[in-house]
Amino acid sequence: MTRARNNHRVEAAEPQPVSPWRARVILLGLGLGVFALVGRAFELQVRDRDFLEAEGAKRFERTVQVPAGRAAIRDRRGEPLALSAPVESVWAVPEDLLADTASLPLVARLLGQAPDELRAFLQARESRRFVYLRRHMAPADARRVQAVNAEGVFLQREYRRFYPAGEIASQLVGVTNIDNRGQEGMELAYDEWLQGTPGSRRVIRDRTGRVVEDLAEFTPPDPGEDLHLSIDLRLQYVAYRELKDAVDRSGARGGLVLLLDPRTGEVLAMASQPGFNPNRRDEIGTAGVRNRVITDTFEPGSTVKPLLIAQAMDAGVIDWRTQIETGLGYYKVGRLQIRDFRGYGQLDLAGVLRKSSQVGAAKIGLQVGAEGVWSAYNDFGLAETVGTGFPGEASGVMRHFTEWGEIATATASYGYGLAVTALQLGRAYASLADDGRLRPLSLVKLDEVPPPLRQVVSVENAQRVRHWLEGVVAPDGTANRAAVPGYRVAGKTGTVRKVKADGYDENTHMALFAGMLPADNPQVVGLVVIDEPQHGGYYGGVVAAPVFAKVMKSAARLLRIPPADFQPPASEALTASTDQSSPT
Amino acid sequence: MRRGWGTAVIATLIATTAIAVAVSKHRSRALLDAQQELSWERDRLKTEWAQLQLEEAALAAHGQVERVARERLDMQEPDEFVAVEVTP
Repeated sequence: MTRARNNHRVEAAEPQPVSPWRARVILLGLGLGVFALVGRAFELQVRDRDFLEAEGAKRFERTVQVPAGRAAIRDRRGEPLALSAPVESVWAVPEDLLADTASLPLVARLLGQAPDELRAFLQARESRRFVYLRRHMAPADARRVQAVNAEGVFLQREYRRFYPAGEIASQLVGVTNIDNRGQEGMELAYDEWLQGTPGSRRVIRDRTGRVVEDLAEFTPPDPGEDLHLSIDLRLQYVAYRELKDAVDRSGARGGLVLLLDPRTGEVLAMASQPGFNPNRRDEIGTAGVRNRVITDTFEPGSTVKPLLIAQAMDAGVIDWRTQIETGLGYYKVGRLQIRDFRGYGQLDLAGVLRKSSQVGAAKIGLQVGAEGVWSAYNDFGLAETVGTGFPGEASGVMRHFTEWGEIATATASYGYGLAVTALQLGRAYASLADDGRLRPLSLVKLDEVPPPLRQVVSVENAQRVRHWLEGVVAPDGTANRAAVPGYRVAGKTGTVRKVKADGYDENTHMALFAGMLPADNPQVVGLVVIDEPQHGGYYGGVVAAPVFAKVMKSAARLLRIPPADFQPPASEALTASTDQSSPT
Repeated sequence: MRRGWGTAVIATLIATTAIAVAVSKHRSRALLDAQQELSWERDRLKTEWAQLQLEEAALAAHGQVERVARERLDMQEPDEFVAVEVTP
């Protein structure tokens, strides 16, 4: 029909006007389409947007933990005492691994188990979605397990704590548990400080688990800060070695060595026996973990005599010329019979210390009176905690003077009836060493020296007592074995009977020695306690003094303390030997 | 005519920025990849550093040094105090 019309030469092939209903239908169709699209877009973009975004994020966004790692503990010279090293822990989804029968025996072998053993282990935990197969593996071994590509086996990066110094400083440094939280010692006391907080970042991962985009959210990890202890590992080693040797040889139950810097109040070494190896988890929880220097109290015995005499002089009850009549070595106070080793007759104060006369000390104590003795010890800090913040720090025991009768006053004068920690006693000696200034003690290296707590006794009296204490170490003193050739040493022995179930036992003792070097300007204060020595004597001067001498000799060398008569070498001389005792 | 040019310019600009977006996205991913690589490397080095420190501490342990000094090198602790002047 159209063709026919064309053939008739129609001028312009005017299309027939479209019938309006067709246009409307199409328009309507398009309009509906657009409406549907816009509606759907509205639904997705506006109504369901939050939900969909959240769902999407769930599928490809991940928050990745950035582990911080626990900071190290170091000694004052930077030697590591506790370090964290990365290790891998292998974990599994039991169900998946059980299903992968081909890989399971391989995994078992790499973990050092029999396949049946591992299978039984997994079957027992089949309902769980997470079970550790082995924690803290060496990274290389763990990667071998990963290389098996078994179903449901994964690695997790963890940090393991290593203690390079091992047993040497174990009670002080302490340990962490398997989850890296402090459990004992300084690890516990400074747990927050060392721990740090892990950071996190929010990332988008692709199908293969690679991070393809870092989102803006990023919290940098805050690594803990290294903790520098006040101890010097070299001195700590010597203290540990000599103490262990002495405890082993005398068959003692235990012992301790404490070295202090009297000028700053820093603890330079702190050894305690029995010990434990912090790198072996099975030794944690044994008695060796206890830090006896801080947590144990004992009766200080004769070691308090210099403290009492210094205070008595300071109070003006006696002066440095006072003579004490000790007679034949017997003195009766009420029902108490005080005895000396033998009668020393008339003694000056230096003599009371040199001979360690119980009678002399009791007479001075009774002259000072109950309150005087009590406050003398209090001033030296024997009844207050040293405040190191160490977990389990003991505070000592001293009854109030109003409860003291004459007998208690007399016994307290020679160090019975009160209990102190090694830290308290060491600190009291450090204050004698530092011209009467009592300082707070620190287990952490100090950047600046805090002011002393108080002046306990006058400078002259502290110096006088120190000078007298040199007599104790002299050849005719009770502790000539504490002498260090070439140096002026001051110190005091103590031999304390221990309290057993039925009163003081004649056969169990504690041997003590507290002293300082060099006597005229002390730079190290040392305290040695041997608990219940069995063989080779039990006197402080016999058991504890030699340990003190050996430790101090090394300390003097390591801290480069010049000997008493040391002259700096003339510039031409290369070496100057100052030891007269051994000619070369 | 004018309007046509304007449209063309804008179209070109849009096309350019579109490509630029794709390019920078690609670069950012490449950089991220490199960063990942480096942080793995850092991780590995950290691990090695920790292990070396441990190794050093084990070798330099005082007990070990003392044993070697006394037994193998036949040394002893000095008894005398000796001062040596060191001239630089």
